[in-house]
Amino acid sequence: MAVPELHRFTLDNGLRVVLAPDRTAPVVGVSVHYDVGFRSEPEGRTGFAHLFEHLMFQGSESLEKLAHFRYVQGSGGVFNGSTHPDYTDYFEVLPSAALERALFLEADRMRAPKLTAENLANQIDVVKEEIRLNVLNRPYGGFPWILLPPVLYSTFPNAHNGYGDFTDLEQATIDDCAAFFDTYYAPANAVLTVAGDFEIDRARALIEKHFGDVPARPKPHRPSFAEPRPSGELRGSHTDPHAPLPALAVGYRMSDPVNELDGYLAHLVLAGLLTDGDGSRLQQRLVHREPLVTDINAGAGLFGPFEARDPDTFSITAIHAPEVSAERVLGALDEELESLATTPPGEQELAKITARWSANLHSDHDRLMSRTLALGSFELLYGDASLVHGLADRIGAVTAEEVAEAAKALRPDSRAVLLVEPEQGGAQ
Amino acid sequence: MTAAAHRSAVEIGATPQGPREVPPLGEQRAAADLSHVDTVLGNGLRVLAVRKATVPLVEVRLQIPFAGDDPMHPATAEVLAETLLTGTRRRDRIAIDTELALIGGELGTVVDPEHLAVSGTSLASGLPTLLDVLADVLTGATHVDDEVARESARIVERLAVARTQPRVIAREALQRRRYGDHPYTREMPRAEDVAEVTPEAVRALHGQAVLPRGSTLVLVGDIDPDTVVGDVERALTGWESDRSAAALPALPDLAGGDILLVPRAGAVQSQIRLSAQALPRTDPRYPALQLANLAFGGYFSSRLVENIREDKGYTYGAHSGFEFTGSKATVQVEADTANEVTAAALLETRYELGRLGLVPPTDADVESVRQYAIGSLLIATSSQGGLAGQLSALAAVGLGPEWLAAHPERVARVTTEEVAQAALDFFAPSRFTGVVVGDADTLAPQLNALGGVTVERPE
Repeated sequence: MAVPELHRFTLDNGLRVVLAPDRTAPVVGVSVHYDVGFRSEPEGRTGFAHLFEHLMFQGSESLEKLAHFRYVQGSGGVFNGSTHPDYTDYFEVLPSAALERALFLEADRMRAPKLTAENLANQIDVVKEEIRLNVLNRPYGGFPWILLPPVLYSTFPNAHNGYGDFTDLEQATIDDCAAFFDTYYAPANAVLTVAGDFEIDRARALIEKHFGDVPARPKPHRPSFAEPRPSGELRGSHTDPHAPLPALAVGYRMSDPVNELDGYLAHLVLAGLLTDGDGSRLQQRLVHREPLVTDINAGAGLFGPFEARDPDTFSITAIHAPEVSAERVLGALDEELESLATTPPGEQELAKITARWSANLHSDHDRLMSRTLALGSFELLYGDASLVHGLADRIGAVTAEEVAEAAKALRPDSRAVLLVEPEQGGAQ
Repeated sequence: MTAAAHRSAVEIGATPQGPREVPPLGEQRAAADLSHVDTVLGNGLRVLAVRKATVPLVEVRLQIPFAGDDPMHPATAEVLAETLLTGTRRRDRIAIDTELALIGGELGTVVDPEHLAVSGTSLASGLPTLLDVLADVLTGATHVDDEVARESARIVERLAVARTQPRVIAREALQRRRYGDHPYTREMPRAEDVAEVTPEAVRALHGQAVLPRGSTLVLVGDIDPDTVVGDVERALTGWESDRSAAALPALPDLAGGDILLVPRAGAVQSQIRLSAQALPRTDPRYPALQLANLAFGGYFSSRLVENIREDKGYTYGAHSGFEFTGSKATVQVEADTANEVTAAALLETRYELGRLGLVPPTDADVESVRQYAIGSLLIATSSQGGLAGQLSALAAVGLGPEWLAAHPERVARVTTEEVAQAALDFFAPSRFTGVVVGDADTLAPQLNALGGVTVERPE
């Protein structure tokens, strides 16, 4: 496949733009990534970045409440937004006839969102229902993304619950919203991405027309969220009122995703070696041969890879029978890591991971929504959207020795272990 | 929140220029026609191969009708599905995974009361291997004793986890409410049955039921449809039977009735699940009903979502959608709500059901859902995986790419009057039955006051 076409430029107000034309299907994707996520929300306001994301759909100067949804869907499109540790994204995929409309909608809320007390109260209720649905009323809610960080990390930005406590959510005010918007939603703090069926010159003109007069505001200072790695094994436990079986999560610190990308990619390959497929080391041993666990997963990033700057988390999660002790699972894990650290993996074992990554990246690229979002998040986090297109090759270039190094760095004396215990004391 | 000076919310929400005009839509280009071959092989397997070369991958979807009325069928079928990829006469579990991994491939199985589905993907260059592995497991899976024992144990553990999920509890309750003891309700086996499944029973079921005649195989991707059909036929030589795969008997039509309150003690949120008989895709009135459903609760800008989420904040997500089963279809209305607003949310849902027929969608409403129906189909079928999924669902009921290609035109021709008639005929609250799952102590007084609700007696 030819390398896909990519154009990058910056408007006078600082808005970075990525254009990725592809005329194979008459659909277009538009996204805006703002460089603020839940790691930036202040103490006493947990969950605010996500709550604010909801508010951005509630109307803007030219659009009444509900109008944003109606214009997108009434144009045949779909939309959503999501809040991550280090950024918040908003996106639409539409028939290509609606390109200008989508740009207008994003520009209008970047320029002048309508932040009202009534909509804030309504969306606090909606977010509380979202948290009941995804966390409070189901087994393994928030496992591990809410439960593991407070064990692994000691500073508020890294450790706190990004969904937020109900008490914090209820205290959010319209003035908080105004301050958050003015500080973080400046055009210079955002990336606009357009991918799919459009002509470059026309898209440039439309972007200038709709975003060009969004007033410039200063790009906020981005603090470092760095903190020391754990100097021992940290333990935590959580009693789950709904879970029928115990679970555990092991969290490690890993290479800086941005400044140590090759080391980070070695961790991704390691995760595949450990748990991707029946032939992977931990699946073979812990699910089938011994067997100690029902299911086991390993991965970089608590929401997937390439979602956060440093520090990012390498995690291993497993659900296991009550009669199996966590120590046995941890012991087996440490033995497998030790074995990989001393004897680097063979050529075929690496080739399996590389080929699956290559296919998965092609598949992501084929879905316009994920392609648009990947280009935007790489431009934001890495300053270079074109990295997306080189990822498969860079993963393919990871050596056996680099994987062994990554395995060596996952040390028992510098990690967090979270145990989830069923309230009823195990399966009936 | 921050000490720095900032504008007020009112200052942020207005510019000197004032509100601007929303731009009109441009000219829409149609999707390109995709070359395809749609044929039935000598063994009775329908093969639909579509060229869509956007990325160098291929998607494969096999659906085998897999109904059974033996009480042990759901458990045996589940174990069969979970051990299908664990070994053949030529390959063990690890060899299967290794060969697939080296072509960037995956295969997975899912069984439900209607079908055994085997789905997969790989780099297009690896299709010969993918087909070889697929053929091998279809004709040579051994379901050895050890794998049957281990997978049965895992299924029991997973069932325990699944049955604590509110959405699973609600689904099982809705199925019982709608269809009683019909085989269609047995979407997940009983743990005690799984524990009794023998390897002999799994192997016997494989021989009797994993059959090509009546099954469908969809391939979408960077392939040549003309040659790929021959490749499939050669690979699947040996998958033969004169008998046909077992189709689920037609479901009975739903009748309206009381909502059943199903207790789940201590729950902090309730599941509302309502259902009524609808129309299959082949019915001439289906496009009008599709638009009526979108206007009711089928997209975010629907009356139900705008009422109980965006106006009242009762729920994070409310949705209505179709469930297609063989030649029949039903519509489902779903919302999860906090205890204290559950009865109020049910009241509003019933109100909106009634209002859809009595105060039907306007021309503008219909235009909006029409655009959404056409546009969202265009988006869903713009990826290989999305197109493969759509075609596989259509193929299972005897439809194909022609139906998909003609659907935008069918939707374009629907009139506002036809939508109004479909709304009146199909969305009347009296046509619906359903369940509310939640904390009965909290919910019962309000739901009883609302009426049309029966409280389930503890067994």
